[in-house]
Amino acid sequence: MHRRILAGDRLIAAFLIGCVLFNYPVLSLFDRPSEIFGIPLVYAYIFTAWALVIALMAWAVERRFK
Amino acid sequence: MLEAPVLITVSLLYLGLLFAVAWWGDKRADQGRSLIASPTIYALSMAVYCTTWTFYGSVGRAAVSGIGFLPVYLGPTLVMALGWIVLLKMIRIVKANRITSIADFISSRYGKSHGLGGLVTIIAVVGIIPYISLQLKAVSNTVSLLFSYPEIVMPHRSATMSVGADISFYIALILAAFTIVFGTRHLDATERHEGMVAAIALESVVKLVAFLAVGVFVTYGVFDGFGDIFDRVAQQQELQKLMTAIPSGAGYSGWFSLVVLSGLAFLFLPRQFQVAVVENVNEAHLKRAAWLFPLYLLLINIFVLPIALGGLLHFAGQGVDADTLVLTFPMSQRQEGLTLLAFIGGLSSATGMVIVETIALSTMVCNDLVMPMLLRHKRATLAESKDLSGLLLAIRRGAIVVILLLGYLYFRLAGEAYALVAIGLISFSAVAQFAPALIGGMYWRGGTRGGALAGLTAGFLVWAYTLLLPSFAKSGWLPGDFLAQGFFGIELLRPQQLFGLSGIDEISHCLFWSFFANIGAYVAVSLLRPPMVAEATQATLFVDALSETGQGGAVLWRGRAQVSDLQELVGRFLGPNRAQSAFAGFARRNGRDGDSKPEADAKLVQFAESLLAGAIGSASARVMVASVAKEEPLSIEEVMHILDEASQLRTYSRELERKSRELTAATLELREANERLQELDRVKDDIMSSVTHELRTPLTSIRAFSELLHDDPKMHLADRTRFLGLIVSEAERLTRLINQTLDLAKIESGRADWNGCELDLKEVIEQSIAATSQLVHEKEAHIEVDLPDNLPLILADRDRLIQVMLNLLSNAVKFLTPGSGLIRVTLSRRDDGLQVSVADNGPGIRPEDQQLVFEKFRQVGDTMTAKPSGTGLGLPISRRIVEHFGGELWVESVPGEGATFRFTLPFPPVQPPAAAPAA
Repeated sequence: MHRRILAGDRLIAAFLIGCVLFNYPVLSLFDRPSEIFGIPLVYAYIFTAWALVIALMAWAVERRFK
Repeated sequence: MLEAPVLITVSLLYLGLLFAVAWWGDKRADQGRSLIASPTIYALSMAVYCTTWTFYGSVGRAAVSGIGFLPVYLGPTLVMALGWIVLLKMIRIVKANRITSIADFISSRYGKSHGLGGLVTIIAVVGIIPYISLQLKAVSNTVSLLFSYPEIVMPHRSATMSVGADISFYIALILAAFTIVFGTRHLDATERHEGMVAAIALESVVKLVAFLAVGVFVTYGVFDGFGDIFDRVAQQQELQKLMTAIPSGAGYSGWFSLVVLSGLAFLFLPRQFQVAVVENVNEAHLKRAAWLFPLYLLLINIFVLPIALGGLLHFAGQGVDADTLVLTFPMSQRQEGLTLLAFIGGLSSATGMVIVETIALSTMVCNDLVMPMLLRHKRATLAESKDLSGLLLAIRRGAIVVILLLGYLYFRLAGEAYALVAIGLISFSAVAQFAPALIGGMYWRGGTRGGALAGLTAGFLVWAYTLLLPSFAKSGWLPGDFLAQGFFGIELLRPQQLFGLSGIDEISHCLFWSFFANIGAYVAVSLLRPPMVAEATQATLFVDALSETGQGGAVLWRGRAQVSDLQELVGRFLGPNRAQSAFAGFARRNGRDGDSKPEADAKLVQFAESLLAGAIGSASARVMVASVAKEEPLSIEEVMHILDEASQLRTYSRELERKSRELTAATLELREANERLQELDRVKDDIMSSVTHELRTPLTSIRAFSELLHDDPKMHLADRTRFLGLIVSEAERLTRLINQTLDLAKIESGRADWNGCELDLKEVIEQSIAATSQLVHEKEAHIEVDLPDNLPLILADRDRLIQVMLNLLSNAVKFLTPGSGLIRVTLSRRDDGLQVSVADNGPGIRPEDQQLVFEKFRQVGDTMTAKPSGTGLGLPISRRIVEHFGGELWVESVPGEGATFRFTLPFPPVQPPAAAPAA
């Protein structure tokens, strides 16, 4: 039971982090005409943030508790 | 290879394959070996979210608004993070109440209301029609494109084209036929379609593979990787605007609206509700799907930008519609195989959407629109028929055809004016109207039927006014004046600047006003009066779905009904045979076999109602059951009392279960302890029987020699001395045997004394070699040693280790050839401990004997020629000692070249020596 609540809380945290990362104003910080590794900054940012949130969710539900 | 006959054949083969998978899935479900009971399949079935909007439309969207195609995938990602909370609750409610669709869900929540179910159905059908037309548009565009291969001719449709000459009309008909065969072959007693889900999951794989293939081809085949495309784009001034997040001028508010809208649509689109909630096999699947599904979305979007930008570069000025790039790119490169794959991928995304959406909608139309009307106006006709399941199927099939034709109609009227994504967003905004009534209903007890009706109506009207009508106007079907001047010339009523709100995109605009009206009306009307009994009952069941109270089982019915009436009623909708077996199954589960009371109790009535609800929806089921029973209404206090009692009962039974589980565990432990004891006993017996046998040999010789001495007093002194010598040595062997047997028994039973202390292995080995030097000398053998200094100390029992070493050394000596024997003793360091090896150059041990030497009383070697001189216990004891200290003892040998016994001892774990194992 305890474990289930923890996983649920982690998912909510992932949700909140996603809400912040995917929207204004954080999004606007990266909305500049510059490049990183030849890829426009905002493209690179949004895909990285997205992958990060997915990884966080995977970690929240798949991790075995000791 | 892309001629029309080939295309048609491949398409039909593919649809056939889907059909086969569905058939197989249904068959496995009937056998109880579900094909879809896996979180991966569940996540893939959710990917029915990705339609041709994603497959073709995203690229088109990206070509005008850069990364603006993405927010509709970020929304569902966020919702999946909350899935463990929201979706889980929806799944629990749906399973406890046998709910079949989103209309059923809302109607059931607000007191099983017919009116509400009907309204939700109408909103869903009207709202989804643009979305279906989008699929038709995408498929018919791609088909026309392929027909003109290898030329790339943009499909052009004039409004005057007759229906009979229009490809998309036939496509709509084919899709309708396919869906009918697919989803309404028979009326299920349950609302679930396992075969369909299996086929949808397969389609999701196909469309992902196809899209990735095109993406890789464009990025790495046509261009030279991501960097190359972006470099070239950077050189074009007019493409620069695509490099930021909001090039279209919608602003961050537009971006935010799309994230919210897509998140809501992801929950409330009829097809998403179908696959994510109704078809869910096991709620635990939600967990893995929480990240698998967003991962799918991420993968299918990686190549959208390269294809879009690449298309803008490659087809600059050629008038190629960006919505078709996924197909036209491989076409322009004459990649026929890839073109076909892309086409099949697009077909997958369209058919998947159309199948699930129309099945879900047709269920809603049948259960929440047509059945209630029939019940109201044609009750008498219905009552005459014995089996109505055929009628239900016919209604659903008719609904599928009508819905697809409406989709075609919308496509003819308004489809040309909009890009794929814009059409889809109109539908998203419509289904988002379900959010207040549905989410409010799950978390707020105060919501009433009146509130839900008012909210949905208001939201729907505002949606139609601000988004649907303008879409007709923009395509020229309605006069466009009212867009610019407002109805009756009143400027404040301009549909897309309602009350003067401007400066935001049309989706945000619609979302704001429709939610304003929807939520406002829902809350306001709900607050006008307290909920009635039926509403309050359902509110409790829904809001408390995750707690004890809401988990079904409470019997909320009072009245009188006849079993035969109920069974006949259920039989009319499910078929008499199914009803018969369902009722028999119920009696068996509740221990009422052979009990043939004509009067039905409340539990059976509820069972019958839930059976009916699975087939015709909860509101109609309620009406039908009420029609064959004499019911007495329950007061709100009684309902709450019953619910309380049920939840207490469940708490008790859970407590009881826990106790009984503990008891089982204790019993198991006892049994294990007993088995351990018996095992020890067996070991003891084993040793005893071997020992008595082994003891007999030396005893026999001692007795034989003693008798000789006794019987012959005149024996020569020399013989006498020899015999006495033999008797002494046999007696010694006997003593050794007994000592070792006792030793082994002690070790095996765990009662041996172990004195752990840190010791230098080198010193132990030197001491052992010194002790055996006499033996070695007698055999005229040599000992070579290789014992490095300064090795770490290990933790073991000194005397026991010496015992092991003596054993190995004396064994080695025993088998040496006198005169040329050589023993090598080596000590070396390994990663996790020390290793000692004792090698001899004796005859060696045959491979098949190498394990046997470690067994008790087994002495290998040629017993014919050499009399075994050991006890057969030395090696087993040594091995147990080494294992006790965490090491291993084994032998390596090549016959004729000697044998090497090796053992390892691990370094002590890093902890204070006081905690070392001492007993």
